[in-house]
Amino acid sequence: MATTRILEWLGRFYIVLLLGFLYLPIVIMAAMSFNASPFYQLPFEWTTDWYASLWQNDQLIAATWNSIEIAVITTIISTVLGAMASLALYRYEFRGKKLLQALLFPPIAIPWLITGTAMLIFFFGVGIGRGLIAILLGHVALALPYVIVVVSARLQTFAPELEEAARSLGANQWQVTMRVTLPWIMPGVIAGGLFAFAVSFDQFVVSYFLATPGQTTLPVEIYAAIRKGFTPEINAVSTIIIVVSMALMLLTARFFKFGGEK
Amino acid sequence: MAGVQVANVSRSFGAHKALDDVSIDFADGGFYALLGPSGSGKTTLLRQIAGFDFPDAGRIAIGGESVERVPVEKRRIGMVFQNYALFPNMSVADNVAFGLSVRGEAKATIAAEVQRALDLVQLGKLGGRRPHQLSGGQRQRVALARAIVTKPRVLLLDEPLGALDKALRVDMQIELKRIQREIGITTIFVTHDQEEALTMSDRIGILRDGRLVQEGPPEEIYDRPQSEFAATFLGDANIFRGDATGSGIKLPDGTTIAASTGASVPAGAKASCAVRPERIRISTGAAKPDPANANTLKGQVSKRIFAGNNSTYFVDRDGQTLKVIVQNTGAERLAEGQDVVLSWSPDSTVLIA
Repeated sequence: MATTRILEWLGRFYIVLLLGFLYLPIVIMAAMSFNASPFYQLPFEWTTDWYASLWQNDQLIAATWNSIEIAVITTIISTVLGAMASLALYRYEFRGKKLLQALLFPPIAIPWLITGTAMLIFFFGVGIGRGLIAILLGHVALALPYVIVVVSARLQTFAPELEEAARSLGANQWQVTMRVTLPWIMPGVIAGGLFAFAVSFDQFVVSYFLATPGQTTLPVEIYAAIRKGFTPEINAVSTIIIVVSMALMLLTARFFKFGGEK
Repeated sequence: MAGVQVANVSRSFGAHKALDDVSIDFADGGFYALLGPSGSGKTTLLRQIAGFDFPDAGRIAIGGESVERVPVEKRRIGMVFQNYALFPNMSVADNVAFGLSVRGEAKATIAAEVQRALDLVQLGKLGGRRPHQLSGGQRQRVALARAIVTKPRVLLLDEPLGALDKALRVDMQIELKRIQREIGITTIFVTHDQEEALTMSDRIGILRDGRLVQEGPPEEIYDRPQSEFAATFLGDANIFRGDATGSGIKLPDGTTIAASTGASVPAGAKASCAVRPERIRISTGAAKPDPANANTLKGQVSKRIFAGNNSTYFVDRDGQTLKVIVQNTGAERLAEGQDVVLSWSPDSTVLIA
């Protein structure tokens, strides 16, 4: 009995340790965003000045909106294209399919630094150059393989007889897809979309290569700000982003019950 | 409702001939079983009739209209799948409504038709459930209701009862037959279960290696099989091989077996005889010569399997093991190792070319 209790206690301790490892840096950063001293000095002195001055920082706010816009558009484009590509790879046999599937994985493994350089050269070559459009195209290209991998994994659990049953009942290809297949793969599509959003919103390296000085995304802007001299404003904006994205994640998890039986 | 004609249909997958010049006429309103071992082409044939796959050659007609190049969604068929294939994201009622809904029927019409179909399969109160909340038998009924609610011209069933346990399967056989009679729909069902084929269908088609071996009413195929395969696949049969004598066959050891049904084979040609195990009488010692059971053989009981209402005896004679099924009439049971005489009528002996 005693050993069981010790093991149980150790288990709990391990979980606390794990959560601490994951969240402690974030919690400290969030706490410092409410601390009056710009040099992280203690004792802690409560203030919301940093959030107020954040509101005055037009550059940071503009970069935040850029990031959100690009992430949302990237999510929509790459989720739609990725889900369609997954369906095509699932349904049809065609020449070069195996090669195409194999080629989907390397972009995930290629360092972003290299992808970024390649994209920069490519976008200059084709005349797009740098800027928000280039960043958007780059992010879609980065996110697409993630969506395809996640949606394809979900499709592996789909019973093909369901499509056959729908067709035998008179449904055309569009009706089959919208009413039978899509509802089944929806958790995969949502998860793929979250990946796409994360890949885009967190993206620094590729964005850094493709951004122009006036038009940047939030991570690039934060990097630039840190180089000029660190201010707790950065803590403040980071805290806001974390709260919003965690709320989004928890909501999604609640609606779609990831990891659990439906 | 409509009959289905399959004429000279062939279908190959690579070098494998899944269907080889198959022709069957499914009459309007009939209940047909396509019976065969796995790989015999029965499911391939069903998929050609359904329209999931198109034949390389041959013609398929539903209600007189050629459909061999018409895709499944335009054929107006109903199909029940082996694993039911119910849509997991929809309620029972929505599953049944699917076929009407994709046709754009009015909501009120759909609701009424769905209720009628669910009542027909005795699930009238379960429309709000999800498929995963149903038992196997209930799912089966939902699949059936979904397939017939659109009033298809033909109902196709792919091993529909394969996933059910024995007792439920018998219930569903009766139920399926009742519903089929009630709506009078031409029904074609694929099975590898010979008992199911015998009890349910008006006609049976036996397939083997992509070819139609024999087709006809169950009684006819059972009583007059035209091949050793048909004899042994549909029911049990004792097969004797020898040379035709004109009125039966002569076994290698000289014994003659008289046969008065089956094919006519010219004397001297190779031929075989099939005898059903339940047609053979088994007795100890010398039986009196009996013209009604003119075929006799001596043997020794090697094994007895008691199954309650009957017993199966395995009798060894001359290197061959024969099977004899004896009803449990309370008479004395024979012991293993006992010498016995087997006798049966030439009328029960089918000559096979």
